[in-house]
Amino acid sequence: MNLTAVRAIYLFEMARWGRTLLQSIVAPVLSTSLYFIVFGAAIGSRVPDIDGVSYGAFIVPGLMMMLLLTESTSNASFGIYFPRFTGTIYEILSAPISAFEIVLGYVGAAATKSIILGLIILATASLFVPIRIAHPFWMMGFLVLTALTFSLLGFIIGIWANGFEKLQVIPMLIIMPLSFLGGTFYSINMLPPFWQNVALLNPIVYLISGFRWSFFEISDVGVGISFAMTLGFLVLCLVIVWWIFRTGYRLKP
Amino acid sequence: MSSIIRVSDLTKTYASGFQALKGVSLDIRRGEILALLGPNGAGKTTLINTICGLVRPSSGTVTVDGHDIIKDYRAARTLIGLVPQELSTDMFETVWATVSFSRGVHGLRANPAHIEKVLRQLSLWEKKDDKILTLSGGMKRRVLIAKALAHEPRILFLDEPTAGVDVELRRGMWQVVRQMREAGVTVILTTHYIEEAEEMADRIGVIRGGEIIVVEEKAELMRKLGKKELTLRLGKPITVVPEALSGYPLTLADDGRALVFAYDTQAERTGITTLLNAMRDAGLIVTDLETHQSSLEEIFVGLMRQAS
Repeated sequence: MNLTAVRAIYLFEMARWGRTLLQSIVAPVLSTSLYFIVFGAAIGSRVPDIDGVSYGAFIVPGLMMMLLLTESTSNASFGIYFPRFTGTIYEILSAPISAFEIVLGYVGAAATKSIILGLIILATASLFVPIRIAHPFWMMGFLVLTALTFSLLGFIIGIWANGFEKLQVIPMLIIMPLSFLGGTFYSINMLPPFWQNVALLNPIVYLISGFRWSFFEISDVGVGISFAMTLGFLVLCLVIVWWIFRTGYRLKP
Repeated sequence: MSSIIRVSDLTKTYASGFQALKGVSLDIRRGEILALLGPNGAGKTTLINTICGLVRPSSGTVTVDGHDIIKDYRAARTLIGLVPQELSTDMFETVWATVSFSRGVHGLRANPAHIEKVLRQLSLWEKKDDKILTLSGGMKRRVLIAKALAHEPRILFLDEPTAGVDVELRRGMWQVVRQMREAGVTVILTTHYIEEAEEMADRIGVIRGGEIIVVEEKAELMRKLGKKELTLRLGKPITVVPEALSGYPLTLADDGRALVFAYDTQAERTGITTLLNAMRDAGLIVTDLETHQSSLEEIFVGLMRQAS
């Protein structure tokens, strides 16, 4: 294991993040806070409690999860796409490091960033509404696993994309709508029965539901199923990444 | 001299069906400077990129100091530094950060003293805190060299290091390459500038159409494939080579005002004395003479023509 190399990639990626602090931290925190103020504080005050939880608090896990999904994907996809675009990836590919170590460096950094962002959102939210976390261990577990999974997904997108616009396609056209519809702002039990069943096809429902359970012990689907789905996505992404390095897809001719 | 890199029967066919390498075998000797010459698309970069791990070979093997580049890639790649052809840099990074990163990614602990030495050697020390995007093309090229030297490699690949670099900078680059060799580093460079190969290389390999058509000591190559010609200026122009001189490889030049005699400098007898005697007997008066040795460039052009 070439830990020095993993550390070099990890710190390099974190430094890139630090250099663009305004767009990488301030912007997502600001936009999520705006959601929070509009839907939580302004509109939320006229919405009745959901399963005994005030609407303002109810949406906090959903917003954290939404941010986690979009930030993990975009961070990780940009992190690996940019060296491909500039050509500097030659150095990573010709260095004495394994595929696993490359992924650990890039995905580890992207996941770290989105976990930090998630925790910043949580801290910001607690300024507005009282938050209690029933299962802090599970909360962190869901946070870390989701961050890792979607950073892996971002890594895959960054390797698949052959243009800057393609980097945005999946986060903007798939992940963002699915997290909006996946229970960020409502419990799917509030939907008509037919749409409840449709919603269950949305994988993000399981992520948000499990995460919300770790806060308020209320969930749309069983927490066991949520956890299993999260692990399932993680394994799926790992398999795709393994295949990428095995075949050299878009990396090595 | 032992070889540090052994390439055997290496082939590479790209997904498009293009066969870039057609069974290349090559031994690179420890501590030498080997220049790979060849026209665009001959397979120079594919060969280098395969050895460095950027391209998967279709068949054949490569070992670097005994380590197979696929089975034992860590050991093999640790020994190699690569300067790619394209000016691919982390534009927003500082020189210091990008060079230090290169060392780290090769698994070596930070060593500011070594990085400083490399940057000073490449006249980049004053620019160490500048962002790469503010540097000139020649400086970016040197940053790439610094990155390749950051992990103290034993083998340095330079893929067209002086393409688009001005004359002064090119000479500076040659200086660095010589220093590398003095430090015992094996250097493999590809180039379009034959003058560069002539100036720098110990050995020269010529690639064409995915095959190595010749690998030879530079001096040997020039001796073997080079020609020496003696031009004899005549007092009076002639229209045909006189019958008495038909046994010599002579051609008439300059509208009959000169005879050109091709000969082998290494032969025991070049035939010059007997030719001069025969010319005197034939009544020809020689007013001047000059000799010309073909340059590597002429040899190269000749080889390319032969191969096609």
